Amino acid sequence: MADEKAKDVLFAPIFNNNPIALQILGICSALAITTTLVTTVTMCLAVIFVLTCSNFFISVVRSHVPANIRIIVQMTIITSLVIVVDQFLQAYAYDISRQLSVFVGLIITNCIILGRAEAFAMNHSPVLSAVDGFGNALGYSVVLLFVGINREFFGSGSLMGMQILQPVTEGGWYYTNGLMLLPPSAFFLIGGFIWLLRAWRTEQVEEQPFEIAPNSRVSEAF
Amino acid sequence: MFEHYLSLFIRAVFVENMALAFFLGMCTFLAISKKVQTALGLGIAVVVVLTITVPVNNLILHNLLDEGALAWTGIAALETLDMRFLGLLCYIGVIAAIVQILEMTLDRYVPALYNALGIFLPLITVNCAILGGVLFMVERHYTFTESVVFGFGSGVGWALAIVLLAAIREKLKYSDVPDGLKGLGITFIVVGLMSLGFMSFAGVQL
Amino acid sequence: MAMHRESVGNILRVSLLVCLVCAVIVSTASVALRPMQQDNRMQYRQLHILQAAGLYEPGMDVAAAFDAIERRFVDLDTGAYVDKPDAYDQRRAARDPELSRPVAPDPAGIRRQAAVAEVFLARDEDGEVRRIILPVHGYGLWSTMYGFLALEPDANTVAGIGFFEHGETPGLGGEIDNPRWQENWIGKRLFDDDGRVAIRVVKGAVGEDAPDADHRVDGLSGATLTANGVNNLVRFWMGETGFRPYLERVRERSNNGIDGDTQAF
Repeated sequence: MADEKAKDVLFAPIFNNNPIALQILGICSALAITTTLVTTVTMCLAVIFVLTCSNFFISVVRSHVPANIRIIVQMTIITSLVIVVDQFLQAYAYDISRQLSVFVGLIITNCIILGRAEAFAMNHSPVLSAVDGFGNALGYSVVLLFVGINREFFGSGSLMGMQILQPVTEGGWYYTNGLMLLPPSAFFLIGGFIWLLRAWRTEQVEEQPFEIAPNSRVSEAF
Repeated sequence: MFEHYLSLFIRAVFVENMALAFFLGMCTFLAISKKVQTALGLGIAVVVVLTITVPVNNLILHNLLDEGALAWTGIAALETLDMRFLGLLCYIGVIAAIVQILEMTLDRYVPALYNALGIFLPLITVNCAILGGVLFMVERHYTFTESVVFGFGSGVGWALAIVLLAAIREKLKYSDVPDGLKGLGITFIVVGLMSLGFMSFAGVQL
Repeated sequence: MAMHRESVGNILRVSLLVCLVCAVIVSTASVALRPMQQDNRMQYRQLHILQAAGLYEPGMDVAAAFDAIERRFVDLDTGAYVDKPDAYDQRRAARDPELSRPVAPDPAGIRRQAAVAEVFLARDEDGEVRRIILPVHGYGLWSTMYGFLALEPDANTVAGIGFFEHGETPGLGGEIDNPRWQENWIGKRLFDDDGRVAIRVVKGAVGEDAPDADHRVDGLSGATLTANGVNNLVRFWMGETGFRPYLERVRERSNNGIDGDTQAF
């Protein structure tokens, strides 16, 4: 435990071991709310808060929790935190909370949170767990922000609701890319993000299940 | 009335597909879709769990949590109580409990099915499609019968999507994909294309 | 300690403690924030009513401006005013079999309709009614759209429209939120000279000199189904099973009444 440095724990999840790009965790609640940057940022903050706190509290109680009710205890802690976030959003950011609708609640089933609780918080000290939670939430946020910025910028020509490219419908010149506002674009963007990331960090490239024979010339194929 | 339920079912399967229109249950959707066989097992498990949990949570909402739902107790203090803020806790608790009970029942009475679904059942507790289904039921104020149809329909939709994806990925193994896109990357793009395809069901009404 | 961790007593003790702590935290947050949430919810509705009526200016105090708006209840069958408690919730009533009725035919796709609907009357300083604001809803492409339609006091001319809850495709059907499109509605007339519902959302743009141009509203390019949804819901709610009896009553009374007599409302 002691040989794991807080700095590594914090920064590793951002690019080296990104929860979305490498561990396939936490994609569910992320994609539907990235059409505008404001909702994306809110979602990121909510996840950072929930993940840091849940890792901390779960680590605090870890030695007292019997193994067979472990999951349900973790779920209860996570759910309580999410409800608190939900209530705060409804009180202080009602507009955004309406746009996020059920997706705030779905943070509960964001696999990053339960995944980190099981894999890290159950056998590390509270502070280190909190750092790990924060780092993973950052890794999640990086992908989400990438998607959110692209979708809002190309989809409506604005960022954080501020008009940057004047769209045609408002009398400007920019033909908005409607695809960016539709759900499927989020998949393409994440696919692209993974591609960029793996072009940079080639060690993350997945092994082919089998080797494809070097391609023959077209003439040989017939 | 029958047409209404049929329309609800078709909508839940195609138009409002849990996986491809709302991105729910994505983690398992992407992680466990390498083989059609396993995808089918997981799909069936999701159908079963959704068909049970959505109606059960519907009963809990209408008889315990909703504003004025406790009126049947006859206690004046409880008649106007609104406990919807506890909803999330209840729903997730119910889901976890039902998954657990289902696991034990299957283990005891239908070991063959248990072995087929075995490892997927615990995973389902944190499958957002389940909680998502429950939350949509709450948001759209479904009645009990509607929630049965909706639960079943959205489960079938999710299962359909994952089986389709697994079938594509089995073929995809033989294609020569750029290094960085291998595996997860290309899967995302395929899912995006599938999702575009499913969007053409929008506005279908029976 | 570790020895007893798996004992039944400890399981119960831990679960009880966790439940207790979590329940206290959640309930505290909920109870403490509830008044603010209710305020927000109310303001959100009020804001959209004002916007639909064209009475909203950025930066104004919504709650204060809303003081000039009166909430009344109308029996949709007869068009007469009825009394309901302040807490009456039309959406909730639409699901209650005793307070609602099934809709057939159902072009707006709402299935059930509350027998009593809210209307909002915006008055100016002299107490004259300036706008009649009617809540409307119906099915679009993805889900039910909820909105308000504001009318001039003649109960025929549209003063504005707005939707506060919908799930239409952003950029296409979502353009129903675009003020430019909403402006198209202003000045259009709901009923023709014979009193039939004549307003219609058409495909493409309405030419200036098109016949009955004052009954036709531009469609949304790339969002025909959403535009159809809006067309259906407006025609439904202004029709016989909607607010038509009420609007006719208003017109009749204002024609027969003394000039400036607010009894019409």
